[in-house]
Amino acid sequence: MIRLDNATKVYKRGARPALDSVSVEIERGDFVFLVGSSGSGKSTFLKLILREERPTGGDVYVAGRHLNKLSAWRVPHLRREIGAVFQDFRLLPNKTVYQNVAFALQVIGKSRHHIQSTVPEMLDLVGLSGKEKRFPHELSGGEQQRVAIARAFVNHPPILLCDEPTGNLDPGTSVGIMRLLDRINRTGTTVLMATHDDEIVDQMRKRVIELRGGELVRDQDRGVYGLERV
Amino acid sequence: MRLRFIFGEVFNGLRRNTTMALSVVLVTFVSLMFVGAAALTQMQIDQLKDDWYGKVEIAIFLCPESSRNERCAEGAVTAAQEDDIRAVLEDGALSDLVQKVYYESREEAYGKFVANDDEGIWSYLTPEQMQPSFRVKLSDPEQYQVVADATEGLPGVDVVRDQREIFSELFRFLNAATVIAAALAGVMLIAAMLLITTTIRLSALSRRRETQIMRMVGSSRSLIQMPFMLEGAVAATAGAVLAIGGLFFGVRYLIEDWLKSSVTWVQYIGTSDVWNVAPWLLVIAVGLAAVASIVTLGRYTRA
Repeated sequence: MIRLDNATKVYKRGARPALDSVSVEIERGDFVFLVGSSGSGKSTFLKLILREERPTGGDVYVAGRHLNKLSAWRVPHLRREIGAVFQDFRLLPNKTVYQNVAFALQVIGKSRHHIQSTVPEMLDLVGLSGKEKRFPHELSGGEQQRVAIARAFVNHPPILLCDEPTGNLDPGTSVGIMRLLDRINRTGTTVLMATHDDEIVDQMRKRVIELRGGELVRDQDRGVYGLERV
Repeated sequence: MRLRFIFGEVFNGLRRNTTMALSVVLVTFVSLMFVGAAALTQMQIDQLKDDWYGKVEIAIFLCPESSRNERCAEGAVTAAQEDDIRAVLEDGALSDLVQKVYYESREEAYGKFVANDDEGIWSYLTPEQMQPSFRVKLSDPEQYQVVADATEGLPGVDVVRDQREIFSELFRFLNAATVIAAALAGVMLIAAMLLITTTIRLSALSRRRETQIMRMVGSSRSLIQMPFMLEGAVAATAGAVLAIGGLFFGVRYLIEDWLKSSVTWVQYIGTSDVWNVAPWLLVIAVGLAAVASIVTLGRYTRA
């Protein structure tokens, strides 16, 4: 589903590479944690997959596409196959919960009929039924993140990228979000989650990919957050 | 769905950015008003030229009895010389350029002078002191110089005069007016373009969150950019429509209703000419918005 072959990214000529010859393969339906300290290359890893950046060396394949050769006008089609969730939720403050989720379908040209049937289903999945007409500022942080996940998943993309989705949430709320991501993963969706949250990683016991200084230092099934704790 | 979405976004953008949108409307209005005024002035000049040049003619004044002109040192023009001049005009190489020649005798010139003279100067003059002349109507008035060169040196010719010279000063003034209007229009168009650029930029910045999400969920670049482009285009077109309206009422009330009834000897442009200019003003407005969009959007809503 996602494959990096010696992928390297150098932002400035002569600078230390943000990602240094990383090779990794993530299968369909995998749940993978991407861990590492700030500046270890996690964001660059995600940006390569979203084709926000192109690799300066090596190859990147996502959902059957060779991203090195993907032309700019085909990038939107790639992004429809990837849902993305962020630490800061990125909801539209002037739209209701329902409208925020519907927006993702509107702007890729789905019919009104499709939207009217899909959005309530999705809000039900993330546990927000009955809060359709609330605005983001009327929701708790956990609920806002659920809206963001609903928006990312409403088009049923085969891949869900999560960049520190629990970074702004308290531990109790984070557990709820992880249960939701786990449920989405069980539908066959590949979930790749970058995180600093050691408790969650240790609890979930999923595959862990660790980056340090742009290099892949660990790729472990049923791993934990820090190497020292193995 | 997409159309509804696009127009919804355009409406929202214009509403959120009312003052900017309004300033775009006003600046395009004024600038296109100048463009239109320049175009209409040129049309008026063409109309006057067609009209007046059709009426004017070349006057070849023949030597009178006593003249200070060296060419007339031999005294008044003779009948033989008159025949030669007429032959040059009617039978020679000039015959293609000349539509009609008629001869104004001393008596006729005197008669005209008397008829036009309210102050009684005519009583000091006699028909013998008047100059006979050939009045030549040209098939193409622009070819004046050719005819003048061919006849000026002929024996018995005093001076050749192109009556268009009377109007040339007026046309020069009108041409200068056109240049000034066009220059102002140019400056205003630049201002309009900069304003549209700023408006689109502000609009794109204020909706960065939306465009970011649109990019993220895979909406096409054209759908992301379309609302901003349309916003600029709608505002510019509104300005063009106002300009067309302004020109229409200007021509209708100032020229058709006022000038036409008070200064009747001139052929004026009319509102139909405004309709000829109107599509071009719309094209300029939309083109302006398009250029501004292309310059701005590449940077602010990348895919």
